[in-house]
Amino acid sequence: MTAPGQLDCVDVVDLVTDYLERALDDATVREFEAHLAICDGCDAYLDQMRGTIDRLGHVPLASLSADAVQTLVLAFRDVGR
Amino acid sequence: MSKDTRPDQLVVFLPTQATPSAGERELLARLRAGDEAAFVDLVRRWSRTMLRVARGHVSTDDSAQEVVQETWLAVIKGLDGFEGRSSLRTWVFRVLVNTAKTRGVTESRMTPMSSLATGDDDGAIVDPDRFRGPADRYPGHWTSAGAPQRWDGDPPRGALRVEVRALLEAALAGLPQRQRNVVVLRDIEGCGSDEVCQILGLTRENQRVLLHRGRAKLRGALETYYRGGS
Repeated sequence: MTAPGQLDCVDVVDLVTDYLERALDDATVREFEAHLAICDGCDAYLDQMRGTIDRLGHVPLASLSADAVQTLVLAFRDVGR
Repeated sequence: MSKDTRPDQLVVFLPTQATPSAGERELLARLRAGDEAAFVDLVRRWSRTMLRVARGHVSTDDSAQEVVQETWLAVIKGLDGFEGRSSLRTWVFRVLVNTAKTRGVTESRMTPMSSLATGDDDGAIVDPDRFRGPADRYPGHWTSAGAPQRWDGDPPRGALRVEVRALLEAALAGLPQRQRNVVVLRDIEGCGSDEVCQILGLTRENQRVLLHRGRAKLRGALETYYRGGS
């Protein structure tokens, strides 16, 4: 996909999700990782992307109101299983 | 026609049809047997993410609550007819997305155009000025000022600081709808990529592009915050 040493930082930024999703071919993965090993900026970028995903996992979500849950339980009961 | 979906819920492209796991089949049996505790547990577990997805399609929190409630009512009615051609979660979320979209359409006259935009902008995900230009010795590489820095001062694990939480909430709300749905399902609900493709009717490539753009914008918002000094 890419010739050795041809991956620039701008490419790494574009490929970061494909890398995390394991959607890259083996040769590109090697290129990608070789680039990270010598590029602090891109290594930090990947780290930031992982940090973003991790923080999203801690975003609290509003829940369904108690009234709504109660209504649903009654409806569930009403179906008369 | 499958009884699992109404005609408008048929998804054209389904990468893999995950069928209910052994645990899900057991859960399904309990639900069909009228096990209220199992039902309440399921409602509690999934409704938070469902609310968030619904909220992306409708104009108020109340409206999102109604969409989720309506979805669960449809699920209750459809339980016996559910044929298990997808996982239970996929089915429930597909009903949700369709219910939310329908509600969103009827509300659309009152909703600002910006939040209805389905176009997923395709601009650069990182400011091009942060990379060296073609005349540079190292074109396409970070400039010294543009290179990303690691984020310090906030434990990556555990409770988020109030400001970080608010910032992520705002950034999520600002994402185009399809990007937001993918990010919410993948990174907040923790669905796998194939499941998200099934729920939203996306190809794998499409899903990845939406995830990439959505995450990149949230990363950008966080970076601005951490750079600005916290």
